[in-house]
Parts: sequence; C-alpha cells; structure tokens
Amino acid sequence: MATTTTLAKADESVEYAARLDHVSKSFATPGGQQLVLDDISIDVAPGEFVTLLGASGCGKSTLLNLVAGLDRPTGGSITTEGRPALMFQEHALFPWLTAGKNIELALKLRGVPKPERRDKAEELLELVRLKGAYGKRVHELSGGMRQRVALARSLAQQSNLLLMDEPFAALDAITRDVLHDEITRIWAETGISVLFVTHNVREAVRLAQRVILLSSRPGRIAREWTVDIPQPRRIEDAPVAELSVEITDVLRGEIRRHGQH
Amino acid sequence: MASTETTPVRDAGNGNGSVEAGLDALETAATGRPTFRQTFVSKILPPIIALGVVLAVWFLLYPIVDDPTKLPSPGAVGSAFKEAWLKGDLLGYIWTSVSRGLLGFFFALLIGTPLGLLVARVKFIRAAIGPILSGLQSLPSVAWVPPAVIWLGLNNSMMYAVILLGAVPSIANGLVSGVDQVPPLFLRAGRTMGATGLKGIWHVTLPAALPGYVAGLKQGWAFSWRSLMAAEIIASFPDLGVGLGQLLENARTASDMAMVFEAILLILFVGIAIDLLIFSPLERWVLRSRGLLVKG
Repeated sequence: MATTTTLAKADESVEYAARLDHVSKSFATPGGQQLVLDDISIDVAPGEFVTLLGASGCGKSTLLNLVAGLDRPTGGSITTEGRPALMFQEHALFPWLTAGKNIELALKLRGVPKPERRDKAEELLELVRLKGAYGKRVHELSGGMRQRVALARSLAQQSNLLLMDEPFAALDAITRDVLHDEITRIWAETGISVLFVTHNVREAVRLAQRVILLSSRPGRIAREWTVDIPQPRRIEDAPVAELSVEITDVLRGEIRRHGQH
Repeated sequence: MASTETTPVRDAGNGNGSVEAGLDALETAATGRPTFRQTFVSKILPPIIALGVVLAVWFLLYPIVDDPTKLPSPGAVGSAFKEAWLKGDLLGYIWTSVSRGLLGFFFALLIGTPLGLLVARVKFIRAAIGPILSGLQSLPSVAWVPPAVIWLGLNNSMMYAVILLGAVPSIANGLVSGVDQVPPLFLRAGRTMGATGLKGIWHVTLPAALPGYVAGLKQGWAFSWRSLMAAEIIASFPDLGVGLGQLLENARTASDMAMVFEAILLILFVGIAIDLLIFSPLERWVLRSRGLLVKG
C-alpha cells in the first residue's frame, strides 16, 4: 500500500482543500499492531466546513495529526495544499511571548518580512475582536480570549485549511456559544476550509456544512450528514436540535456495539 | 399565556461583539501593584528582624563565652571591617574573588549551555554522560582542588578549573531538565507553524526551557562561588593575590578570630549580593512574564 503525504503544487488548481484517500493508521502495541483508523476517505472542498464527530477511541485526534503532517499514515494517502494550520483544545500559545508576538512568530515562520508583521498581527487581532490585546501576556487573558488569539495565530499561517481539535471543549458554555458565532463569522469572512473535530453533537451540527460520524476502535466512517440549515444558526434552533437527535441516536448505536461482546 | 418577547440576534457579526467584550471584561481580573507599605511589611521587615535577633544573640553570648580567640565581639569584627576599608584593602579582596568567580562562571556558562543542549537532545550522549553529569553535582567541588593543583599548578587557571568543574554540571543539568519539561504541545504547535529543526530549537525549545535553565544558572553561581572559596582557602599563595578565601586562611594562620569572622561574613554577603543583584531578578523576570510567579 502506498504511504504518501503529497503536497499539491500551489499553481495547480485543486478542487479540494484536503483529500484523504483510503487512509489507515495502526500503532505498535505490546499486543501487536493496533488498527486505529481504517479506510478513511474524505474530501474537504475549498471553503467547506466539515466536522468529524465520534466517541472516545475513534481516532479523531490521530486523524488530525495525520492531516497536519505531524504523523504519517500507515496506508493510503493524504493530500493538502501547503501546510494546514492546527488549533488544539489547549490554546498552545507560547507564554514567553505576548499575544501579538505569538501571532508575529507564525508570520515570521511563514516568511513575512519584519516591517509588515506588526500591522498584520494587529489586523488579525482585530479579526478575532481582540483589538488592544497586542501587548497582553498569555496569562493575562481569559480562556476564551486565549483561544481567539490561538485562532488568530492559526490564521496567520495563511493556510487554506484550518484543522481544529476540539478547540472549545475546555471552555465554559457561555464562552463556547459566543465562539461558535465567531468561528462561523471568521470562516465566512476568510473563506478558509475547516476540518473540525468534536465529540459534541450539537456543536458539530451548529457549525458544519457536513458532519462525518466516525465509529470507534478502529475509527471508520460510519455515516455522513449534509447540514442544510442556513447560517447563522444558534445551538438552540429547532432544526439543529432535530438533526442532533438523529445523529446522537446513530452515535449511541455505534457505541452500544462495543458493549455487546 | 405568557409570551416571551425575544428578538433573536440573527446577525453573527455585530450583535456578538458587545457580548464578547462584556465576557472579556468579566473574565479578566484586575490586578494592582502592592503598596510600598505592604512590600515593606511582607518582604523587607522580616529579614531585618532576623538580622537583629542574630546580633542580639551574639551580644548576649559574647560575655558568656568570654574568650575573644573563640568568639570575637561584634565590635572587634566591626573594627576589622573598618580597618580593611581604611587601608583600602576591602574592595580589593572582594574584587579579586568576585572577578574570578564571575569570569569562571562565564566560562562555565559557555561550556555548560551547549553541553546541556547536547545531553538533552542527543539520545546517545544522554545515555553516555547524563548520569555522570547529575552524579557530579553531588561531588563536593573541593575534591577537585588537589588534582587541579597538580595538573595546573598554583595559579589562576587552577581556580578557574575548579569553578568549571563545580558549575558546569549544574548549568548543563538545569538546561536538560528545562528541555525535558517543555510541554509536548508547544513542540507540536511549533511544528505546525513550521518551526522544525534548528528553528524549532531557537523559537520553541530554548525559550520554553528558560525557567529550568535560569534555575540551573542560579545553582551554578552558588557552586562557582563555593568552589572558588574552597580553592582560595586550600591553594592560598601570596602571588595569587588576596581574595576572600585567602583572607580567611591568612586570618586563621594569624589566629585573628575577628578577621576570620570578617572573611566569613564577606564570603556570605558577596554570594548573597550577586544572587540578589543578578540571578534572582533574572529568575523573577522569567517567571513573572509567564504568569508563573504567584503574587503575594
């Protein structure tokens, strides 16, 4: 089986922001090879918002690591255009830098010349509504503000694909709700493609154009839904709740199978 | 039937900005600086009282011991200081030792830093010399004085050699533990931004390891100073110039207990002063800027 992680050439017009082609991943354990991801094929269209949904053990984070290029698939291939940006559950901002300098580091590593960095960083902070937070230290910011700086730092990479690994899971419900609106707005404004991993069904439906449900051990694509509810949505909206109930039922069915041996 | 009048804000653009600003304001705690009075009572007063107690005990003990060759009076020690000051020797003693100590420490820094980085990053080197390096920390550096004298003779290089052997393991070990404690999340975040290889070391690993490194420097200075004093006391030789260690040794041979006390106090004070003037502020700055220092 071919194990390739190819980067498409920038000038080549691609009809997807990420293409996962029969991707599998196994890890060596004392009990032999353990299959974590099995035959995952996903195309993320440019500008598309896709959520990956699954219970624990479905390999969601492993899958994002593969797409981010932090790890290699055991089988199949992953194609992305350039290096995707990755946002984590913890903000992962560097505490020795200010909010602004964190963003500037991403710009610097991307090769943005020094005179332009400051303005670009301020612009990105304004995009996440943190104007004036440039000189703030990470510990001076609240959890929601940190995640927004982390989002700005990810956007600074100017990748056309943003991977999000349960980025709002550690936030309180009020903050999370506000950030759902923010990520929807920023996604619409920037036209970036998003692959968003979560175990929160309502969050998945609230945000995505497409919800992909993964089964657990090994992670396989169980089912897929297209979400036709117009944005902006709210998590309390009836159509969001309805679809969430449907998806939750399928998810529970998947989980139940594991208790039956 | 009660009707709830709600106007859902359907515009994810404008409506949320103010909610967000409100949340940000609610969740950002206001922090003020402590007043001078608070700082004085909590930080400055306690050591002054402790010093006063030590002096009081000394004054009380002096007539009980009643033997100036064992316990000199505080006054006699004071006049020993005064005499050295008036002769213009006091600053000379201090400078001789401090310049040796700081120069030696600087060399230790130049050797310990790359060594620590190698041990932290290269598995083979870590397995080979990691245990020796941490073991060396528990070897009293005074043990290095006899071989250093034999190898290098009674001169300044021998002093520097002893300082290096004392301080390099501390500095290197501090850096190793600093690198070990870098959260893997930072490394992953760095890699997704393109900070790999040397860029990753420079932009992520080293700054993340800074607190451990600075702790190593602090300990390295303490070890440098101790090693130097051991070397100066044992290898006291007139041509070497009189540092604080030699002053102590000279006082002992002259059975001048007031001068012995003077030398010990000087060694103590200089060691503390360098730490307070250089290393503690450095450490506090590193920790505070990362929010790792609890105020109070």
